[in-house]
Amino acid sequence: MTGQKSIWVFIEHTDGRIADVSLELTGKARDLAGQLGYEVVGLLCGHGVEELAREVVCHGADRVLLADHPQLAQYRTLPYARVAISEARRRKPEIFLVGGTPNGRDFAPRVASALRCGLTADCTDLQIGDYYLKREDRTYENLLYQIRPAFGGNLIATIVNPNTRPQMATVREGVMRMPPADRSRTGVVEPVTPEFEPGDFALEVLSRQVRHSTVKLKDAAVIVSGGAGISDAEEFALLRDLANLLGGEVGASRAAVDAGMIGREFQVGQTGTTVRPRLYIAAGISGAIQHRAGMDQSSKIIAINTDPTAPMFQIAHYRIVGDAGEVLPMIIKALRERSMDQREAE
Amino acid sequence: MTDSRPIDIVVLAKQVPDTHNITGDVMTKDGTMNRNALSAIFNPEDLNALEMAVQIKERHGGTVTVITMGPPKAANILRESLWRGADKVILLTDRKFAGADTLATSVALQKAIEKIGRYDLILAGRQAIDGDTAQVGPQTAEKLGIPQITYAESVLEIADGRITAQRALDSGSEIVRCQMPCLLTVVGSANTPRPPSVRRQIALKLAATPGEHAALRKQWPEFETQAALEAYLVAHDLRIPVWTADDIGATDGIIGLAGSPTQVHKINFVVLESTESKTVQPTPDAIAAMVAELVHEYIVG
Repeated sequence: MTGQKSIWVFIEHTDGRIADVSLELTGKARDLAGQLGYEVVGLLCGHGVEELAREVVCHGADRVLLADHPQLAQYRTLPYARVAISEARRRKPEIFLVGGTPNGRDFAPRVASALRCGLTADCTDLQIGDYYLKREDRTYENLLYQIRPAFGGNLIATIVNPNTRPQMATVREGVMRMPPADRSRTGVVEPVTPEFEPGDFALEVLSRQVRHSTVKLKDAAVIVSGGAGISDAEEFALLRDLANLLGGEVGASRAAVDAGMIGREFQVGQTGTTVRPRLYIAAGISGAIQHRAGMDQSSKIIAINTDPTAPMFQIAHYRIVGDAGEVLPMIIKALRERSMDQREAE
Repeated sequence: MTDSRPIDIVVLAKQVPDTHNITGDVMTKDGTMNRNALSAIFNPEDLNALEMAVQIKERHGGTVTVITMGPPKAANILRESLWRGADKVILLTDRKFAGADTLATSVALQKAIEKIGRYDLILAGRQAIDGDTAQVGPQTAEKLGIPQITYAESVLEIADGRITAQRALDSGSEIVRCQMPCLLTVVGSANTPRPPSVRRQIALKLAATPGEHAALRKQWPEFETQAALEAYLVAHDLRIPVWTADDIGATDGIIGLAGSPTQVHKINFVVLESTESKTVQPTPDAIAAMVAELVHEYIVG
């Protein structure tokens, strides 16, 4: 055990593959650790997963704590939390980052509660900075700024945990960029022995069905998204037509998902997927910050909305004030005519 | 479904600002929310949790108790809970609870649940729409020292002191069996909450917290004295109990703002970066010109 301060990342994996978000966070931890002179530590629980540790090192970890045990073969809250809680008590990490997946969001609050530390959900940015606490007339240095849209989306809040450790945060997949794997990196793989208690096995997994997602939003070059301004399924089908024509994918705002137009896996935004396509078409999406946080790095944005004051227009490159049900067919027609012209020219 | 003994259920509910209808001035200077600036609703997934609880009760017998922590007017969702099938409701309200983050909230809920005493299941919505954190359920389970099943979509069986449930995950689903007592967080796809029963609404329309009794008397002048109203409410079991921090034995340092490890460092108003942008008229010609430009720039190809 070293006195070295550390940033931890929870390494999630299924079927022998590490979740992208865990490697994205390992990369982010590397950046933050570089500013602070800390060590990056991956916490890897599983059974027969030693070879995954190498992958974690290549993406930025200095050390991997490897808890390899048959009881850890698949994710379960209590056995996984047990390992994290006892190792964190022993080693006292400064920062602990967890992917905002369903199981990450199951794990992180359980661990934070046991460690009596603060936890911020769905951060869209993480930075290091100081915090002056007036009540104590004291400046806390080098805290983790946990930055997320707050409440209604008119505001961005920077949350800090001055007095408790670790400073915990969850981040959704795609928010941080995955660093390229550096095969020359070296790191220590340190086995840890879980100290389970009988109550840790109160829950058993009887079956698990993995649906391999056919949604490829994160890597799509073109995304055509619909929101509250899309009035019915027929209009929503226009989004699909346009996406097909452009070789892209369909996305949605939360409003469209809540209205039952499309499944939640298509949601773009802070609590959905963060995307960076070459072209993002926002049809009938007003552009609340939670949605914009997930798409504002798109290279080109076309916004279509009947409301000229919709916030989406302020980040759009092309502003079309009009009804999506009328404008989308015009775009489809223009594209079809171009491709016909091309065919005739050839 | 195997026969089993009655199941006592505690449902955790929250009154939330209707984030679909936000108006200005919702944040105060210390970074907490000014809830008065917004209309308040029953958190949607907490309604799914209540519906699941009532369905379990219909099948197995037992009781459904709803707790909420919030300002006095959160009593509105407790009345609604009664109309939707809850047997008992409890309001946790105290200025000392104000400004709580998820950890301090879970401490207050833990103390309140421990005061209730016996339970087999605790059900809560997966997350509340005002923060979307999904943290309070697991944190409360940890504080109570019981296991948790998050993202629960359906209950398949309750038998022999164990519950079998299906979890709905982005990447698929999972069927788990867990010893009771345990805590479930319920997703919106679990069920369609029944509307409030008109019969119960009529029978329970006077259900109120002590703080509401004065207003109730103004509304119902047929009660000639406050004492007459009180006697009626007692006789018909229409008093909604209110518990303070002292009532649940929560000391100052562990609840509210003081018990919250997270602090708001700063709040920034969102400044939209203006981009170089063009207004395109919604006409076929203008749209065709835009498409031509995108093709020219290799954005569309």
